[in-house]
Amino acid sequence: MSAAGATTTRSAPRRLRLPRLDAGERVRAVVILALLLFVLFGLPPLLSGYWISTSTQVAYYSLVALGLGILMGRTGLVSLGQIALLALGAWVAARLFFATGLPFPLVLLGAGLITMVLGVLIGLPALRLSGLYLALITLMLAGAITVALTATNFPNGGGGFLGHVETDRGAADVRRPLIAHGDTAFFRYTVVVVAVMFLIALVHVRAKPGRAWAAIRQSESAALAAGVNVTLYKMWAFALASFLTGVAGGLLAADSGQLFITSFPTSDSITLLAVVLMGGIYSLWGAVVAGILMKLLPAMLNNWGVAADWLTIVFGAGVLQVILTAPRGIAYQFPRDMARLGRLIYGLVGRARGTPVRERAG
Amino acid sequence: MIEIKDLTVRFGGVTPLDKMTVNFADGTNGLIGPNGAGKTTFFNVLSGFVRPAQGTVTAFGDNLLGMAHYRRSRWGLRRTFQTEQAIEELTVYDNVLMVLEHSPKDSRGNRDEDVLGAINFVGLSANPHARVGTLGAGDRRLVEIARAVVGSPRVVLLDEPAAGLPDEETERMSSVIQKIPQEIGALTILVDHDMSLVSACCAKTAVLDFGKLIAAGDTADVLRNDQVKQAYLGAEEVAA
Repeated sequence: MSAAGATTTRSAPRRLRLPRLDAGERVRAVVILALLLFVLFGLPPLLSGYWISTSTQVAYYSLVALGLGILMGRTGLVSLGQIALLALGAWVAARLFFATGLPFPLVLLGAGLITMVLGVLIGLPALRLSGLYLALITLMLAGAITVALTATNFPNGGGGFLGHVETDRGAADVRRPLIAHGDTAFFRYTVVVVAVMFLIALVHVRAKPGRAWAAIRQSESAALAAGVNVTLYKMWAFALASFLTGVAGGLLAADSGQLFITSFPTSDSITLLAVVLMGGIYSLWGAVVAGILMKLLPAMLNNWGVAADWLTIVFGAGVLQVILTAPRGIAYQFPRDMARLGRLIYGLVGRARGTPVRERAG
Repeated sequence: MIEIKDLTVRFGGVTPLDKMTVNFADGTNGLIGPNGAGKTTFFNVLSGFVRPAQGTVTAFGDNLLGMAHYRRSRWGLRRTFQTEQAIEELTVYDNVLMVLEHSPKDSRGNRDEDVLGAINFVGLSANPHARVGTLGAGDRRLVEIARAVVGSPRVVLLDEPAAGLPDEETERMSSVIQKIPQEIGALTILVDHDMSLVSACCAKTAVLDFGKLIAAGDTADVLRNDQVKQAYLGAEEVAA
């Protein structure tokens, strides 16, 4: 007899029924759609070329942050190799572009899939590790990838497997898709691709893998006892994160045209971890905030003539603040604090208008 | 029925389980013993977290030790943990669904019915869409029981399900556990230090002490057994 048949017992006061998408979720979906439309059509006319290209970077770095969020926030796997994986994704995209001349969406897909395979291969030996050891191993692998890419350089239209030619002898650019050649068009293209990737991540998080990851993050024993194939789902998390990062690498390749390993310093992986923590590691919005912190903030400082190096200190203080006061990050803290502020203002206004403030005695 | 034969576990020089041989019949069985007697180690062997040095475990004719640990849950083995392990980030509903969707009994059409049936079975009054992290200790324990009974399990292992609960919540837990054999149809093994809970729920009880089985049989007889009293209270008090 199944548990379902037990609902008629005395401890079952009423039968519960659940709607698939509740009102709150519907409102949220509409708000997100409106926001997306604003970013696509309302925002670009307001921005100069500098801010458009900065916003493009924010978009694909959000995707990288999303990958780390899935690994760390959802599954509890700390990776310090995400920027190296991004470089790998960019390499694969450039290689595919020059070798095949496939349409850009297919280049992106290929970059995502091949990076996914490479990411899982890198993740395989790491599956038995967790916490600090996993972080260390991924950092060292990232270092190894950086060394290899420094030696081989990125493909830029040369011959052979590596496809690299010295830049003074006629290097070619990775070209953007025809429909998105200009900066604004490419910004819109990037936002759409990134939105689709976020949707893919959301579907995962809301479904069977997301629930299995949550179980693994809290306790591997509990996950095993619930029948979760822990190794499979950890690999799945690595695969999805690597896929997202690979697609981001493809966008980056087309955005930059020519790629240099100096754009992917290993230390950026640690900065990424800091901004993901600050943004909010448990939330998809946190990844957007992380992308903003990682790329918009330095651009703003540059614009004001302040050295972006100061951000290292700001991020350090930010991480400390988040860990101590808001473990769920800015994506959670900001709306909560705004709601509090709203209530406070509402209360103050109400008091000023309605009940007279009593004179303090004595 | 679960047949345990010569089950031995060694951690270096320590032997937490020493040639344990016992049968657990259908219904609810108690497993008691002082701290460190090997009760949780025994559960860990059944769940696959600990590999025994020797011995066999045959559950309803199947060799349990031959299965990968995550497959045992799919076979129908469920357990709760001494320190409750309901998944905080997930809602009550998703906590239960998470177990159901990894079991072969998951038919997508009846998901709501199965999940909510399990939540109703344990009498949890909290909103199924509440995050488990927001619930109190008693409710979290019930979520764990709901996870253990969803999807027609064959064996349910309860590791101190009432530990740290106030009396009235222990009562509630007791009535839920008592319903498991008839309504879920699973063979249940209950580990607890609360003898009134064990007496209320279990017709049969086995006693472990320092990894050895020292008594097994009808719960009332076992609790009167001198050797059992001695294990719990020490030799001198019993003699006095």
